Amino acid sequence: MHYLPVPLHIPDGFLSLTVLLICWAIAIVMLAAAISRTNKSLGEKQVPLMGIMAAFIFAAQMLNFPVAGGTSGHLLGGALAAIVLGPWAAMLAMTAVIAVQGLLFQDGGLLVMGANILNMGLITVVIGYGLYRGAINRSRKTRLAVAGVAAWLSVMAGALLTSLQLWLSGTARLQVVIPAMLGVHALIGIGEALITVGALAFILQTRPDLLGENSSSAQSGRGWVFAGAIISLAVVLLSPLASAFPDGLERVAENHGFLQLAQTSPYEIIPGYTVPFLGDTPLSTVVAGLVGVLIVLALSILAGRSLQKKS
Amino acid sequence: MHSHAFDRYHHKHSFVHNLDSRIKVAATVAFILSNALLPDGAWIAFLAAYVFMLAANACSGLGLGFTFRRSFIALPFALAAVTVLFSIAGAPVASFQLLRWNIVVTDAGLARFMSIVVRSWLSVQMAILLVATTEFPKIVHALRQLRVPAILTVIISFLYRYLFVLADEAMRLMRARASRSAIASNGKGGGSALWRARVAGNMAGQLFLRSYERSDRVYNAMLSRGYTGELRIIQARQFRANDWLMICILLLCLAFIQIVGRML
Repeated sequence: MHYLPVPLHIPDGFLSLTVLLICWAIAIVMLAAAISRTNKSLGEKQVPLMGIMAAFIFAAQMLNFPVAGGTSGHLLGGALAAIVLGPWAAMLAMTAVIAVQGLLFQDGGLLVMGANILNMGLITVVIGYGLYRGAINRSRKTRLAVAGVAAWLSVMAGALLTSLQLWLSGTARLQVVIPAMLGVHALIGIGEALITVGALAFILQTRPDLLGENSSSAQSGRGWVFAGAIISLAVVLLSPLASAFPDGLERVAENHGFLQLAQTSPYEIIPGYTVPFLGDTPLSTVVAGLVGVLIVLALSILAGRSLQKKS
Repeated sequence: MHSHAFDRYHHKHSFVHNLDSRIKVAATVAFILSNALLPDGAWIAFLAAYVFMLAANACSGLGLGFTFRRSFIALPFALAAVTVLFSIAGAPVASFQLLRWNIVVTDAGLARFMSIVVRSWLSVQMAILLVATTEFPKIVHALRQLRVPAILTVIISFLYRYLFVLADEAMRLMRARASRSAIASNGKGGGSALWRARVAGNMAGQLFLRSYERSDRVYNAMLSRGYTGELRIIQARQFRANDWLMICILLLCLAFIQIVGRML
């Protein structure tokens, strides 16, 4: 089975623990909102629909078209999913796609999945849906144009977030990673925009009811327009700024202690892995390690107890 | 396409295959976390982690080198980390001229780069072993038991179930396109890139409509078989004393790797 990894899937080992915990926290908050919304609004019928739509996004990522010199255009699908499924359902579908890619194909790591979900499944949806929602009552041409711009921007936003995460983790130099990632994805984004517009034009022609007034894509509120516009604006302003003045951005982050925070570990509960009264001896490290093991063991037994009670 | 085209499971009756899937999922994540916690340049600890991984390979009955063959999938991403080679202060190891810049590779930079690559390489192998020894539905079920919200695990199981059906559909669309438009031997297609992109877009739209209609049919079929909005699974494996013992052993191994990483 030919299956091409998209350069936005971060493997395990490339992000620092702090950065990936922050990404998980943001992703979990957004997914929790998505889950509570869909649980409230969806009937039993929607569950198979969302599952098959997630499979659709996966299969659509296989579609390609030759561009030039052996390269080809591909679809990431976040913006398209947001427009045809509505934002909350699209977030869950994209999350499922990224989870299967990471779990089954090792395309993207397991521990960094929070970051991958955020970069490819959440921010793409917010931008894609937010911008499109703002133009939903306009003419067909405007809608398609806005959808195209939204698709391009969503890819750029994903690339920008990925570069920032790599930089904050101390894995890449901002001066190199930002121009490289944004440059490549400015081109990839064009393919994304063209396929998204083509797909929407086709759907508008054959099944306009799926994108009309009463469809799931028109149900969500106008708050999305603000969210989409603000994040898009941030991407539009930050991308050229970060490409042009990476040193400035680096200095700002350094002055505020942001870099140090991201690159040091949050797990040093026992400072330096020694027990204070034993001093800095190998024995002290071993005791500290054992204390750590006991804590983890106690936590996992507690977790297991609550697990058993429920089931 | 056969339904196994996407499957990564290798059927065997080994020690690892028979472990509770919850333990396997948790142990894989714990192993990756342990790699992330190891400091840069803790080579002996990385070696210990590699031995741990090899032992897991050996216990799986798939052969020592099983995960090695597919382990380079994440390596192209190492390109993203190349800049640390010369951006961390340290003693110069090598220097060369690239266009106008004089690039100096430092020992600290080299250690950081190698640590990132080794971490990623070890982690991806354990993930490969997980899917090779655990049927995917069991992994999803384990995720559900480990408190991943039901709606997500249900979507993931549907995605897995219909993945090959829709991938087939996508392949049919591409075959239909290929049979109607000749491609020159140098890979050049007809029309402009813009036109080709529009065709691909129409195909994505077509795929969406077919998927949408299929989901209707699937739902009706499920209703006729008694679907009430809840998916039931026959698999009630209790956690036994042996399982707890296994968790303790695995945790001790990982703790040992961590201690080695701090002390040596």
